[in-house]
Amino acid sequence: MTSRFLASILVATLGLSLSACGKKPETSNGELVIKIGSVSPLTGPQSHLGKDNENGARLAVDELNAKGVMIGGKKARIELLSEDDAADPKTATIVAQRLIDEKVAGVIGHLNSGTSIPASKLYSDAGIAQISPSATAVKYTAQGFKTAFRVMTNDAQQGRVVGTYAAKLGKKIAIIDDRSAYGQGLADEVEKAAKAAGAEIVAREYTSDKATDFTAILTAIKGKDADVIFFGGMDPQAAPMVQQMKRLGITAQFLGGDGAQTAEFLHLAGADGEGVIASNPGLPLASMPGGQAFEQKFTAKYGKIQNYSPYAYDAVMVMVGAIQRANSLDPKLSLAELEKTDYSGVTGKIRFDPKGDLAGGNVTLYQVKNGQWVPLETVKSDGQ
Amino acid sequence: MDIFLQQLINGLVLGSVYALVALGYTMVYGILELINFAHGEVTMIGAMVALSVIGALVGHVALPGVVIVAMGVLVAVPVCMLLGFTIERVAYRPLRHAPRLAPLITAIGVSILLQNLAMIIWGREYVKFPPILSSATHQVAGATISDLQIFILVLSLLIMAGLVALVQKTKLGRAMRATAQAPQVAALMGVNVNSVISLTFIIGSAIAAIAGVMVAAYYGLAHYYMGFMLGLKAFTAAVLGGIGNLAGAMLGGLLLGVIESLGAGYIGDITGGFMGSNYQDVFAFFVLILVLVLRPSGLLGEQVGERA
Repeated sequence: MTSRFLASILVATLGLSLSACGKKPETSNGELVIKIGSVSPLTGPQSHLGKDNENGARLAVDELNAKGVMIGGKKARIELLSEDDAADPKTATIVAQRLIDEKVAGVIGHLNSGTSIPASKLYSDAGIAQISPSATAVKYTAQGFKTAFRVMTNDAQQGRVVGTYAAKLGKKIAIIDDRSAYGQGLADEVEKAAKAAGAEIVAREYTSDKATDFTAILTAIKGKDADVIFFGGMDPQAAPMVQQMKRLGITAQFLGGDGAQTAEFLHLAGADGEGVIASNPGLPLASMPGGQAFEQKFTAKYGKIQNYSPYAYDAVMVMVGAIQRANSLDPKLSLAELEKTDYSGVTGKIRFDPKGDLAGGNVTLYQVKNGQWVPLETVKSDGQ
Repeated sequence: MDIFLQQLINGLVLGSVYALVALGYTMVYGILELINFAHGEVTMIGAMVALSVIGALVGHVALPGVVIVAMGVLVAVPVCMLLGFTIERVAYRPLRHAPRLAPLITAIGVSILLQNLAMIIWGREYVKFPPILSSATHQVAGATISDLQIFILVLSLLIMAGLVALVQKTKLGRAMRATAQAPQVAALMGVNVNSVISLTFIIGSAIAAIAGVMVAAYYGLAHYYMGFMLGLKAFTAAVLGGIGNLAGAMLGGLLLGVIESLGAGYIGDITGGFMGSNYQDVFAFFVLILVLVLRPSGLLGEQVGERA
């Protein structure tokens, strides 16, 4: 008798806890909950950039909650579920599945192209919209998934601008990439554009996104008298690379992509960073329509902006905007609305082309002068 | 020729740091037959502690850069010694007679724990090594070598020589060698095995702290994640030279550095662009596989009977 009684209690509690796990989108006080996923590397060498993205998204969520969001006549609260993919493609698919199981309304992420691409297949199968604030590899939106969007200019557009610029700086160009989907993709596009502009690629070297020693490949490049060294990769590699160039007596102009155009790069490279040129999709923060206001709000709460947080902020706004217009938590309806996005955000005008790429983005080139990134010129990408 | 010399110098500097960290792996393995996977993290903690001290001093005291760095090292070394002692006491000693897999797993656990602890204390950002050391360079037969590189190379060799002298010439060294050969017999002969093992961890951790500061100074930065790859490479170096063997760890470290450097520098030209510097790590690990297949005990594994 007692054992049966115990068993029934067990079954009852199990049933209760299971139903508690069943994602009811409504809390006890009748408030709707909109779950938005955010994925970026929160551990590992790129965790400073990952935290920056999460903070950008969180700022947007907090503001929206403070303002109050209504869905279908009911008050809704946005909940940000932040996951760590450690910039690792395998982990990315695991956390993507976790978010899908949590029935999120949309995902802001991932930070890297290498993680966004494998995860995009899962989101597409689940019919959940994904907006990457910072994945720039062409492949991300070229796979035919209707759920993959980005709010940043892609590598084909950026690579064209940087490659053409590199050919203007010198005729002998050496290219290094970190073998990540982003670094390799950008370096390939730069190589193509530089060759088209009449430059010669004297060396193509490779490293990894965890390396700190580049003396071997830099010495090999030194032997080939390059005028320009382009690096496709992130700031934790770019900064020691620049220092090692100086130490080896290499005088070639160092050129980087958006992964190197960060506050962290300036901090780490110090005086050795002087004169470095790097590109970043979009406008400089100071020239962004909402740049200064964003910087004030962000720094008051989280400290220095690393790089992509304004894009993560806009991505949340665009995502929630679509859900609000759909007036429903059904991902199918909000996805249809997302395609029609026409939003003036912190980073500029956000509209998507049929592939999910940002329509008509800009690319800006910056140079380090007196320890600051100074915009050199902004090139309009060909608005495809 | 100057390019070759440059690659050789790069490789030797890199290799001497690998060798220093590899010593810690090999000393522990020699005595306990345990691979202390947390050793890379001890190196990282050494760099982080030293950088905290250096960061606090720079700009506030009017001392030469070398003195400030030395003060950082003077704080980092005891901290790491205490850390090494604690790790052994807490994570390995209770498992000394457990199956060999158990301490291996706690080693990995300690490594993850230290990484995350460092992330909480020092944050996710890279910690910059202030540019207070001389960055002057010298031209040697067409190759460039900096003061820092010379310093790292010389100090590494001194530490290695000191350790060899300690193990071969002192009473403590004899106790270490005895414990390595037969712990029970050593205990019967009056050797306090527990304190010998503790001292092994303490010495290895002190060397790791110095290696950590060197790496941070050389690359200009430190990060809570830096111990992972460094530890892996140093472990490879230790195995390459014959794990458990001091001279083997030094040889393995220097060799691995030179192989990596020359491999990355020349593989593209040798294979006509078919293979590039992306094979840098493959090259190093390929040599490791070759050594393990042909000489499973490592390069110097068998020639020297005594381990410590």
